[in-house]
Amino acid sequence: MKRNVLPGLPLSLGITLFYVGLIVVLPLAALVFKAASLGPAEYWAIVSSPRAVASYRVTVLSALVATAFNLVFGLALAWVLVRYRFPGRRIVDAIVDLPFALPTAVAGIALTTLFASNGWFGSLLAPLGIKVAYTPLGIMVAMCFTSLPFIVRTVQPVLEDLDPALEEAAQSLGGSDSAIFVRVILPLLMPALLAGLSLSFARSLGEFGAIIFIAGNQPMETEITALLAFIRLEEYDYQAAAAIASVLLITAFLMLAATNLLQARALRYTARS
Amino acid sequence: MTPTRRKPPRVGDGPIIRRVLIGTTLFFGAILVLAPLIVIAVEAFGQGLKAYAATIAHPDTRHAIFMTVATALIAVPVNTAFGLAAAWAITKFDFWGRRALLVVIEIPFSISPIVAGVAYLFVYGLQGLFGPMLEAADIKILFALPGIVLASMFVTAPFVARELIPLMQAQGRDLEEAATSLGASGWRTFFSVTLPNVKWALLYGVVLCNARVMGEFGAVSVVSGNIRGQTNTLPLHIELLYHDYQAAGAFAAASILATLAVVTIIAKVALERRGAGRRPALAAAAKEQNAGTSS
Repeated sequence: MKRNVLPGLPLSLGITLFYVGLIVVLPLAALVFKAASLGPAEYWAIVSSPRAVASYRVTVLSALVATAFNLVFGLALAWVLVRYRFPGRRIVDAIVDLPFALPTAVAGIALTTLFASNGWFGSLLAPLGIKVAYTPLGIMVAMCFTSLPFIVRTVQPVLEDLDPALEEAAQSLGGSDSAIFVRVILPLLMPALLAGLSLSFARSLGEFGAIIFIAGNQPMETEITALLAFIRLEEYDYQAAAAIASVLLITAFLMLAATNLLQARALRYTARS
Repeated sequence: MTPTRRKPPRVGDGPIIRRVLIGTTLFFGAILVLAPLIVIAVEAFGQGLKAYAATIAHPDTRHAIFMTVATALIAVPVNTAFGLAAAWAITKFDFWGRRALLVVIEIPFSISPIVAGVAYLFVYGLQGLFGPMLEAADIKILFALPGIVLASMFVTAPFVARELIPLMQAQGRDLEEAATSLGASGWRTFFSVTLPNVKWALLYGVVLCNARVMGEFGAVSVVSGNIRGQTNTLPLHIELLYHDYQAAGAFAAASILATLAVVTIIAKVALERRGAGRRPALAAAAKEQNAGTSS
């Protein structure tokens, strides 16, 4: 290895480690420390209480539905943006990022107003017997909104770089459009799709701001896990808050590991092809 | 960019499938993304301009705006300096634990803001590590501006670094090495060689960081204490008005943040035209790896 002539390693690395240590590692360590200070039996009693379990169920199920919706919708949107030319395409492309740019509280009150029974969409759905606001459906809508850009933005660049020769080869062999899509294009998109999927799911699991306005927040029914941690804090039950937050933290780390694994596999896959 | 079309009919180019796909995605896009933006404007101005102006001019709203701007004025520059330092250390040097450091920097991106807020409580809160010490010294961190700034910094810590690192990685070290070997000091090299090469990506990171700091809700709502007219940032003030059945006021306040979001997106598009962002993480990394294996 050649000798590095550039200066500034001690200063830049020093700043980086200090900042990461103070801002990121210390608080998370404090949280883990607090949660660990509970005995195993006590910890288990808190995280497996019926209300906590109900909150996991609502959160995970809603996140699964929202991610499944975004999988189809995000893929279609990426496809439309890359493959077709139509007036307003650039605006649509830009607006896809709105869920990232719009503060979650703002999104929350806007979606609630739209989907409340007297709102623009809620009043159309009410005669059909569909209630969105203050039901699990509302949680799903909020999650769909906040995690929409992930799948679009991971699939889009791969779709843009797709080699047309592959499709042409399949076409010359007589493949129908749908067969080519399923057997040639989709497998090539799969790594990006999976990466986007895990990001989208992870974001839905941790989302708070957009959801609490539209959810109704009924314990056992429409109370998400992040809110339960928040409520425990407001009740000054710090140990329970720490325990429930630690569940979210562990889930986030598992999702992070899964995402990294998927991306590493995706890299190997693209590198080979 | 779009691949050049060699033979016209590609998969999915049929007129029916084309219309159906464009129609359906635009329909759902309008419901899910465009409608919220429109409803904010409609509700904000629903009671007329006068009511709108009254909400914005209310002392509590003005104080919330002040808190939000003050938080951003501290958190964004600090995060920018951190992002530059981290990118310099990680891309210009090889050291043990470099990859691990990259992962740690990205952690806040995958953690629920509520977890971040709760975690800060256990550092600076009365029941936390330093709480009793701070109480004795009469230093207020939680339920005050410093706590809000710290929580915002946590949430946005990766924003600038993650824009700079892939770019500086791709640019390599040759230019900086040439500059130093010609006798330029480290700072001179940084300011006249590195910085001009990454300025758009840096600005891109700063814009996104700022948008997130000003809009952060979950983490801040845990550490702020929600004291009206004292520790409320704009997103918290929106919640307070909304739950106070002052929907019009909430939407008036929300319209400020919605405007910020639209400006952020416009800035983002403008910067992407200059090559910033739109870092197709997967594609770029794959290319890098391809180049590595083929050479």
